Amino acid sequence: MAEFWTGYALPTVITVAQILAIVVPLLLAVAYYTYAERKVLAWAQLRKGPNVVGPFGLLQPIADAVKLLMKETVIPSGANRIVFVAAPMLTFVLALIAWAVIPFDVGLVLADINVGILYLFAISSLGVYGVIMAGWASNSKYAFLGALRSAAQMVSYEVSIGFVIVCVLLLAGSLNLTQIVVAQDRGWGFLGWNWLPLLPMFVVFLVSMLAETNRAPFDLPEGESELVAGFFVEYSSMSFALFFLGEYANMLLMSGMTAVLFLGGWLPPVDVAPFTWIPGPVWFALKIALVAFLFLWVRATFPRYRYDQLMRLGWKVFLPLSLFWLVLTAGVLVAMGWLPE
Amino acid sequence: MIVQALAFYAFSAVAIASAVMVISSRNPVHSVFYLILAFFNAAGLFVLLGAEFLAMILVVVYVGAVAVLFLFVVMMLDVNFVELRQGFLQYLPIGATVGAILLVELVFIFSAWAFGGGTLAAPAPDPTEIANTHALGNLLYTRYVFAFQAAGLVLLVAMIGAIVLTLRQRVGVRRQKIARQVSRARAEAVEVVKVPTGQGV
Repeated sequence: MAEFWTGYALPTVITVAQILAIVVPLLLAVAYYTYAERKVLAWAQLRKGPNVVGPFGLLQPIADAVKLLMKETVIPSGANRIVFVAAPMLTFVLALIAWAVIPFDVGLVLADINVGILYLFAISSLGVYGVIMAGWASNSKYAFLGALRSAAQMVSYEVSIGFVIVCVLLLAGSLNLTQIVVAQDRGWGFLGWNWLPLLPMFVVFLVSMLAETNRAPFDLPEGESELVAGFFVEYSSMSFALFFLGEYANMLLMSGMTAVLFLGGWLPPVDVAPFTWIPGPVWFALKIALVAFLFLWVRATFPRYRYDQLMRLGWKVFLPLSLFWLVLTAGVLVAMGWLPE
Repeated sequence: MIVQALAFYAFSAVAIASAVMVISSRNPVHSVFYLILAFFNAAGLFVLLGAEFLAMILVVVYVGAVAVLFLFVVMMLDVNFVELRQGFLQYLPIGATVGAILLVELVFIFSAWAFGGGTLAAPAPDPTEIANTHALGNLLYTRYVFAFQAAGLVLLVAMIGAIVLTLRQRVGVRRQKIARQVSRARAEAVEVVKVPTGQGV
């Protein structure tokens, strides 16, 4: 019996506690990210944004969540009920489980697996199922068109994201996310992080990241001016809220991925005294916030892409560019003898 | 150890059950969903074996790309499900023959492996010494490099074939030529004229 407690029960309890320690702050961050989006968009457009509920409108996300909870869940009569209900859950769960491998500091990671980056890539490539299931199960033209657009778009941009990741792997010599961050500590502070040696790939990744999360200017799956609201047009109440939260959690996840792959994860930007006093997770959170702000900035700035231009950008510009840069990176590493290990 | 055993039985049971559902469910879209579930459980079995690289690649390639395209096509098909069921008995003998041949071949492989002392295949390296991504890379890019490149070439040929089969040049379509748009200079695009009052251009 004692063996059962120390061998199975205790590790389970500890793991559950660790999961909660990640998920609860994450959900809070997601809630306030929606608030931040409304505020940033408002400032960009010289408005005030939410400012009524609580001081500076800080309780607005809570009020929104309560409002969505109180609403009636409507399932269309022609819908495929099981798939219809499962789709938002899938989106939300996928957005959460990816955080299991994100390292917040040295050793501060839930699952330090060897193939961390592949796990992230796999999870983000599954995100398309939530959208496509929702679009099909709704039994509605608009939702279906949105889902088809989204599937094509996400599959296309995944290819260039894959090549960008391989470039980063070549520099790090490992698939482990902690190793990838440690390999960026080249002793030159923020100048040694991957964004500088892989600058074109950094830009490709940032743009593909917008397309992968279906955000403006690539938010064609939603396209409210043509498809009403795209794939979640039939959703209401909590099922809609799950899609919404899943989308924002995915944006934060992509920001975290950018921070790990290109912006040195938990490393301080300059390796001298006042900066090294600040703990690693704080730096990591700041970097996530920076990239997350970029999402909102882009949304406030650029108009939506036309669909054929979106496909052209993915297949005819990013794919050849990232392929070329991959060969170039590998060539330079081999020629100069800089290959890790 | 008991947890691993339980996980193994859970993954294999769900994999087999969903594989059965792939061929027996009425709706083809549901079939694809069951297929995805089967892939997923196969990935879980790979993880239990310590082959985490293969597990992730299975999810990325099959679930993340191949099954999405499957779903994409199946969702847009307009098939009569009742008609689809009717040929079942007619195709049963052929299907049963193929299944029987596969079964016999599997029995051959495993009996050769079991009675031949396990010397046929190269032993797998110890997972505590080398991560299996490294082990696979070392083998693929040294010993099997030509086979690996040949497989890549086969895929390339298949890809080119698919493009050639589906590419058609339609005449009379006005396409956007972005390079031409970008390379246009101001001088050839706009002309500033001074129009005298009452005379027109």
